[in-house]
Amino acid sequence: MNNFYFKWRKLKNTLVFSLSIFGVILVLVPLFFILYYTLKQGIGAINWDFFTQMPKPVGETGGGMANAIVGTGILIGLGSLMGIPIGIFAGIYLADKPKGAFAFVVRFLTDVMNGIPSIVVGVVAYILIVIPMKRFSALAGGFALGILMIPLITRTTEEMIRLVPNSFREAGLGLGIPRWKTTLSIILPAAFKGIFTGILLSVARAAGETAPLLFTALGNRFWSVQLDQPIASMTVFIYDYAKAPFNDWNQQAWAASFVLIVLVLILNIIFRVVTRKSYTA
Amino acid sequence: MPDIQKSEQNRNEQQDKKPAASFFNFSIKNIFNKNPGDLIFENITRFFAFVVFVLVFLMAYEMIKASMPSIKQFGLKFITGTEWDPVTDIYGALPYIYGTIVSSFLALLVSIPLSLSVAIFLSEFAPKWLERPVSLLVEMLAAIPSIVYGLFGIFVMVPFLRTTVEPFLSKKLGFLPFFKGAPYGFGMLAAVIILSVMILPIITSISRDVMKSIPDSQREASYALGATKWETIKVVLSGSKSGILGAILLGFGRAVGETMAVTMVIGNRSDISLSLFNPSNTMASVIANEFTEAISNLYISSLIEIALILFILTVILNAIARLIVWGVTKKYSGALN
Repeated sequence: MNNFYFKWRKLKNTLVFSLSIFGVILVLVPLFFILYYTLKQGIGAINWDFFTQMPKPVGETGGGMANAIVGTGILIGLGSLMGIPIGIFAGIYLADKPKGAFAFVVRFLTDVMNGIPSIVVGVVAYILIVIPMKRFSALAGGFALGILMIPLITRTTEEMIRLVPNSFREAGLGLGIPRWKTTLSIILPAAFKGIFTGILLSVARAAGETAPLLFTALGNRFWSVQLDQPIASMTVFIYDYAKAPFNDWNQQAWAASFVLIVLVLILNIIFRVVTRKSYTA
Repeated sequence: MPDIQKSEQNRNEQQDKKPAASFFNFSIKNIFNKNPGDLIFENITRFFAFVVFVLVFLMAYEMIKASMPSIKQFGLKFITGTEWDPVTDIYGALPYIYGTIVSSFLALLVSIPLSLSVAIFLSEFAPKWLERPVSLLVEMLAAIPSIVYGLFGIFVMVPFLRTTVEPFLSKKLGFLPFFKGAPYGFGMLAAVIILSVMILPIITSISRDVMKSIPDSQREASYALGATKWETIKVVLSGSKSGILGAILLGFGRAVGETMAVTMVIGNRSDISLSLFNPSNTMASVIANEFTEAISNLYISSLIEIALILFILTVILNAIARLIVWGVTKKYSGALN
């Protein structure tokens, strides 16, 4: 009887182990399929025209997304102009005040902000910028992306600064350097690699955002780099082209997804490698 | 002993109160004692932290203001009404609320067992050389943009559902109300599948972190009593219960707010139906679909009110989840030191 019970316990143990391995495999299946299809379809559809040509009018095949690629770049640039300074300085503040009540509230709010759906941020950008300007614009899109970039940059900056050994700060202060100069010229350079990759990661995330751009930057089939005009972006193009009944457009949507995925995966892998190194150091 | 604690508490309170007295620290004492550069720098950083603080409230305020016409017009009927008709300017958001809750809930149902098994594997079973690549792959799922999930959904998953999975389900389980109707491919089932994949990484990585933060002494104690690995895992799980709950709430918040992928595969029809094959709509997808087409002020205001409901829902979910997760990790990191 005792022997049987023991065997039953061992059996349960093996069962759980196999179940958890099965779970891991099951989770990796969708990842494999998504990457496989995006690579397959994307490589088939991508060509030099995709990067250099403008979209062709409805009915004509060929053409590319040059305007959307530039547009995505401009939107990210605008978002970074807003998100990076706010994120970095707020992050310095949080790292500087580990215990303060206000710092606690801000830390909490950045985490909450991280969970706010991007479409809601788009609605806010619409209310704050599109309505007063009376038109869709690159500025509104950039504003939405900027808000979305803040939480990630704030928290990585805070964490990366915390990882800098306290002896660095003490060394600076011991030499009679004021605190602010110690932070700017010793702590920040030491944490620079981590902060920089955190920014790259938030850029990757912003590049993949669609929902907040739908009714802020809107999209544009023509060449436009003006900040107060609607501007094209790769993600909105994917959305429009995916729904379109033209095979050629669908193929271009795959090509754009391919570019996005490659960009996002590379930036993510850089982030992992760099942060892992600084953790072990 | 209590006295010491009390006085310590008092001291802490006094320290906390200091910055509250004047938010930007330009008191006379500070100006003379502190390095002026420090003073300026500290207040600059505090200013930017304050910007983050203000942004959240600004978002809430602007959305409340902009949805006032709709709130005044419909009141609570906005949440209970099932009619959404731009022609007659009557807006009731129940079908969308229903769609959001049901799709997110079902996605959780699929995702929780999977994420937990992966988290258990990563924190308890996996050797170091395997743990890192597997975590990396799982987190890759979170890095893929939502629009790419949507594209994959439209061109690969939906056709597969339409031709293979849904006919099979309706043949075998068609007597259930959940599998009735024509297999369109586009519909609730597609949304649930996509969502469950998208929320997997967040539930997995937080549960794994929480389980890893359980001190090894607990595992050792369990082994010392003769427990098997699984029995030890049960000990770990019971210690990380609340943290896993937090992870699940965060996953729920993610699912509730997910827009593009869901919009592209859910079929966009505002019915309330038990059938998983039925095209449906969520709060996020209706905003994405109709915002640029909305002409009347009341229409826009109603869409903004939906955004406001989404905002409130996700803020509450995230706030509770964060507090829980923080509490757990803090408790154990305290025990370790």
